Amino acid sequence: MLAKLFAKLKLIWRVVNRPSVHYSLGFLTLGGFVAGVIFWGGFNTVLEATNQEQFCIGCHEMENNVYQELQSTIHFTNRSGVRATCPDCHVPHNWTDKIARKMQASKEVWGKVFGTINTREKFEAKRRELAEHEWDRLKANDSLECRNCHNFDYMDFTRQSQRAAQMHSTSLASGEKTCIDCHKGIAHQLPDMAGVEGF
Amino acid sequence: MKVSTFLSAIALLGMSLSVVAASVPDDQVATLRKAPLNVEPTPPIMQKVINSDVKQVRNYPMQPPVIPHKIDGYQIDLKVNKCMQCHARNSTGHSQAPMVSVTHFMDRDNNFLAELSPRRYFCTQCHAPQLDAKLQVENDFVDIDHLMKAKSTDKQ
Repeated sequence: MLAKLFAKLKLIWRVVNRPSVHYSLGFLTLGGFVAGVIFWGGFNTVLEATNQEQFCIGCHEMENNVYQELQSTIHFTNRSGVRATCPDCHVPHNWTDKIARKMQASKEVWGKVFGTINTREKFEAKRRELAEHEWDRLKANDSLECRNCHNFDYMDFTRQSQRAAQMHSTSLASGEKTCIDCHKGIAHQLPDMAGVEGF
Repeated sequence: MKVSTFLSAIALLGMSLSVVAASVPDDQVATLRKAPLNVEPTPPIMQKVINSDVKQVRNYPMQPPVIPHKIDGYQIDLKVNKCMQCHARNSTGHSQAPMVSVTHFMDRDNNFLAELSPRRYFCTQCHAPQLDAKLQVENDFVDIDHLMKAKSTDKQ
């Protein structure tokens, strides 16, 4: 069995290792280049397609629960009409981080296939756990997704309410707290918060 | 015979009442509406919520203090009470918000509980944010201090 596999591997190695007999070096180089461009383009297109709200709410789990809750918040509708879509907050914008998150998301495909949260009751039962994952992620990356739009360096405290200015100029400025520490539940309903720090 | 007279009397009374109702002038039908009932008036511009964070004077000692800030989207349900993120006893250190008064920890027999009493859990039942709006109806409320002052001057 093992010997058979070894023999097969050896054959593959021999084919790959030998110079090409039928195709010119130019064809192989250019062909490889073109194929690479097509592969890379396709990969990125699919990556972008899965990074759109329409893709996220393609599943009823997202559309009927979290998407409905988002719609009444300021991140969906507000005076200036700028809004955040799902990936703006839930997928890192940097390429490497994005790929890492996308790999993690394979767990979510598993959840979809096996119906982990396919009813409202199941979703509610899991809400705290799911929320904690997001809080942990944002805590770990210093609320990077918030800061993609809300840049601390350009905050005008005089345009904020006294209370907000007081908090932002002390706890946030010193780096002792990050956005998610206080701003939980701004885009979706909160789970049972018993035992969560600050509640 | 008697019953039918009685019934017709009731019917007559009802009809006369409906005539009275129909003859009420439009401007008195619904004073805040300020339009006939079959007309959809343009609603007034929505007022801004006062967001000054400055305590407002209470009109009488037992008045639940009004909320001097916006509470848009604050979740108050079985799972969480957003107000308590700042107004809970152990949050007031960093938030500098006033702690909910001790009465909120008392049950109806005046026993102190460790946590918010369920009957005082839903903040917006008593506390409301304020608008900087013109009064629709004149308010003739008189502060107790003014009443007492008026009384003492009367005596003199």
